[in-house]
Amino acid sequence: MECLIGIRGKDFVLMAGDSVAGRSVVAMKKDHDKMYQLSNRLLMAACGEGGDTVQFAEYIAKNIQLYRMRNGYDLSTKAAASFTRRNLADYLRSSTPYFVNLLIGGYDDSDGADLYYMDYLGSMVKLPFGVHGYGSFFVLSVMDRYYKEDMTRDEALVLLQRCIDEIHERFIINLNSFKVKIVDKEGIHVMKDLRPTTKQPEETPGTQSMDIV
Amino acid sequence: MALQQIAGLKFPARNSDLVGEKDIVDDCLNASFNLQIPRFCDPVELLKQYSENEDSDVKIRFDHGTTTLAFKFQHGVIVAVDSRATAGQWIASQTVKKVIEINPYLLGTMAGGAADCSFWERVLAQQCRLYELRNKERISVAAASKLLANMVYGYKGMGLSMGTMICGWDKRGPGLYYVDSDGTRLTNYMFSVGSGSTYAYGVLDSGYRWDLNVDEAIKLGRRAIYHATHRDAYSGGVVNLYHMKETGWVKISQDDVLDLHYEYQKEKQ
Repeated sequence: MECLIGIRGKDFVLMAGDSVAGRSVVAMKKDHDKMYQLSNRLLMAACGEGGDTVQFAEYIAKNIQLYRMRNGYDLSTKAAASFTRRNLADYLRSSTPYFVNLLIGGYDDSDGADLYYMDYLGSMVKLPFGVHGYGSFFVLSVMDRYYKEDMTRDEALVLLQRCIDEIHERFIINLNSFKVKIVDKEGIHVMKDLRPTTKQPEETPGTQSMDIV
Repeated sequence: MALQQIAGLKFPARNSDLVGEKDIVDDCLNASFNLQIPRFCDPVELLKQYSENEDSDVKIRFDHGTTTLAFKFQHGVIVAVDSRATAGQWIASQTVKKVIEINPYLLGTMAGGAADCSFWERVLAQQCRLYELRNKERISVAAASKLLANMVYGYKGMGLSMGTMICGWDKRGPGLYYVDSDGTRLTNYMFSVGSGSTYAYGVLDSGYRWDLNVDEAIKLGRRAIYHATHRDAYSGGVVNLYHMKETGWVKISQDDVLDLHYEYQKEKQ
């Protein structure tokens, strides 16, 4: 029931995740942040099994900090993603697999902005845009239609807003708030939460006044 | 612990040569330091045959029948719980204490397996005291809830059943965390846990404001538990209410829901 969205732009990665933390039918928290800072210019969005997400994310983040402390410089996005994937894959056939789906977005001086999509089975792929969760069924086609290479921040936010609106329009679960962050050369910037644009009744096609026919 | 000294019990050293018959109590006391795996091959598989999902003669049924709630407001945290324990359709007890007093400024609630909640919260109490002794300051609510979440995450998949709210007051103000046996840990201004939680949320959400005064908040908490016990068959007994203040928790009241029923009915007229 969770949805994570990542969009790579010219020199930034835009990442968003819904902000509902639920247990069975109850929404326990409506402003939950599913994105974890791995380092200055690395952001990981994680969804999946309750305890696993936080434990795995913190484990990876601490190890990346440790690398920095030992070597004096940060891991590149590609290396950090590979390290994360290796951990997922190694634990997969152990008695304690991590049931988490991830999006890792980061900025390097050498490769620019990169977005990596990973799932709980340990597969990984570099993508221009990626979505996790049921939301993907509705949103991937919107991305295919409107995404272009080298988008500006504003264009990417417009695309993200389109995605959120589509989820609100068609997905049966109410995800009415998304936490949004941008990773770029300067670091990780927290943006305002995005909500679906409310449509006024006149704008919905086919609605008429209640005349008895 | 203290009892160990008084009873004159001697426990074998952790790295002793006594392989095989290790003292069970010693295991429990050191549980938080070493990960204690149940002493058979695959606990998850073995326990599955006894859980109520399979067709088995032996059923270990966990009592989740409960309603517990807690919410933050301008004057602290209100914690309200019911007191019924059920084993299937049978009401095993109407006088269960579902609020666990971890220390004078930390409370934990009980939902799910009673033994799991009270045992692990007692281990948490031990860890909190050790923190205080080592660091010469009280543990924060965030740290206490993180300790509990990490302890319980180690046993994930092995059959622990616990849904608890850790409430306290530390230097950041009132704190409220939800911790459960899957390892989820969340913070929010309001939580309700148990089979009657949805009914409690209904009353809480419609009556809640941050700037309630103490009296109104107490009434709201009590009302929410009452309504949950009215609709949920697995909740009932009495409403135990606590108020977490800057100076620690205070037990406010214990009211039988049957009395509350007639009182609220009279109010409506």
